[in-house]
Amino acid sequence: MGLLRITSPHAHGPQHTPRVMQKVLLATLPGIVVLTHFFGFGTVVNILWGSVVALLCETLALRLRGRSPGFYLRDCSALVTAFLLGIALPPYAPWWLVAVGIASAILLAKHLYGGLGYNPFNPAMAGYVILLISFPVQMTAWAPPRGAGDIPGLLQALQACFTPDAFDGSTMATPLDLLKQNDSLLLQELWAQSPQFGRWAGIGWEWANLAFLAGGLWLLQQRVFSWHAPLAMLASLSLLAGIFYDGGGSASGGSPLFHLLSGATMLGAFFIVTDPVTSAVSVRGRLIYGAMIGALVYIIRVRGNYPDAVAFAVLIMNFAAPFIDHYTQPRTYGHQRSEGRE
Amino acid sequence: MLADYSILLISAILVNNFVLVQFLGLCPFMGVSNKLETAMGMSMATTFVLTLAAACSNLTYHFLLQPLGLAYLKTIAFILVIAAVVQFTEMVVRKTSPLLHRVLGVYLPLITTNCAVLGVALLNINKDHDFLHSLFYGFGAALGFSLVLVLFAAMRERLAVADVPTPFKGAAIGMITAGLMSLAFMGFAGLV
Repeated sequence: MGLLRITSPHAHGPQHTPRVMQKVLLATLPGIVVLTHFFGFGTVVNILWGSVVALLCETLALRLRGRSPGFYLRDCSALVTAFLLGIALPPYAPWWLVAVGIASAILLAKHLYGGLGYNPFNPAMAGYVILLISFPVQMTAWAPPRGAGDIPGLLQALQACFTPDAFDGSTMATPLDLLKQNDSLLLQELWAQSPQFGRWAGIGWEWANLAFLAGGLWLLQQRVFSWHAPLAMLASLSLLAGIFYDGGGSASGGSPLFHLLSGATMLGAFFIVTDPVTSAVSVRGRLIYGAMIGALVYIIRVRGNYPDAVAFAVLIMNFAAPFIDHYTQPRTYGHQRSEGRE
Repeated sequence: MLADYSILLISAILVNNFVLVQFLGLCPFMGVSNKLETAMGMSMATTFVLTLAAACSNLTYHFLLQPLGLAYLKTIAFILVIAAVVQFTEMVVRKTSPLLHRVLGVYLPLITTNCAVLGVALLNINKDHDFLHSLFYGFGAALGFSLVLVLFAAMRERLAVADVPTPFKGAAIGMITAGLMSLAFMGFAGLV
């Protein structure tokens, strides 16, 4: 029997996968509470129903591959996917939309590649993009925020999810949509005209983003991820928004603060860009990866056809991550940086 | 003028990427993407040939086929032009730079069968591009092809060591990855 003799000091790593995933789940809670306050129980229903589907899909995939589901289910990664996708989907989405999204995220984007740790694409974002391309009408119907429309109760939210035909909910364009379609009004006029806008960005959106920022900072303090990728993303997004702000004219792309507090910016920066599996690995790689995502988010948000761009930007950069890693390998300690890397 | 060309380039590289949006040139995309080094060689060779072939086919069409009233022969004429350009490139490269020839060697003849090359030549005629526009369109198409091919090769090197279920190993998971990538590139729609 080969026993390893190791001398002191003995340190043990408290960061194992289930613990990290549980912390991520915990850190999304403030954001979920804010979203529920402003948009009603739709997001909560999305998340709960999504979690059920995610656990079923995960179990099915593990059984098919002959793995023991108990061990792998305990790492909570399927729940993280369900939470992130549930938050990203519009509230009061029909049940089949959530189910199709979660099933493609878990089965297609994760288990076809070999499960957690091998997936090159972020499962939640892959599921989101598949839904956005396949069902654009349902995916762009966002509920009106508190103060701009009626907020359905929990019972109505359940009804909206499971009997979507009988549900009669109202929808409104998101602030990002309004800004993109605007080409005649000054920003000030646009703000005054539409009830969706709040102090800095949209009603509800600004507080939800701040709540996700708070959750993300807590994760940072817990050392779940490093600061490089999120900071690079937020910095490049604000930089581009600042350059093209244009003082609030009719051709303005929106202020940096508007972009930081709109759509999925903070959720993306702290919960998706930091995914340890699908992002670049080295420090330099993460800076490049984050900055490119920020730039793509701005470009697609302002010039592209789709309402928000975080999912597309993340997916495109997931694709580029192995290439970035290949060219940003850090110098091994004690070695010279090799000339012409081979 | 400058904006015109940059829009043409961005359109060919990202928005209408030849591989992921127009689905041209899929054979080298799947075939030569197993290793990053070979993908680099292939993309360099393709960039050179595609740009040259786009220019040559444009000249052939406007100064040979059209004056003679033979526009209906353009497909077959372009195939001939592309094959000639490829052969010419190979001969020049072999004489002038044996090193480059060793790097590109195998991939040069393969480009003759790359449908993106013929696609660019025919699209240039369809879109009524003049000589410079054809040149830039060919160059942009080649850059888009190279970008996607190189990124895909780096990703496939990683997929090769992933614990992919047996039925999906190799080309199958490559196809699925390409499909997901194609979805992501749809995000560029509307950019220009």
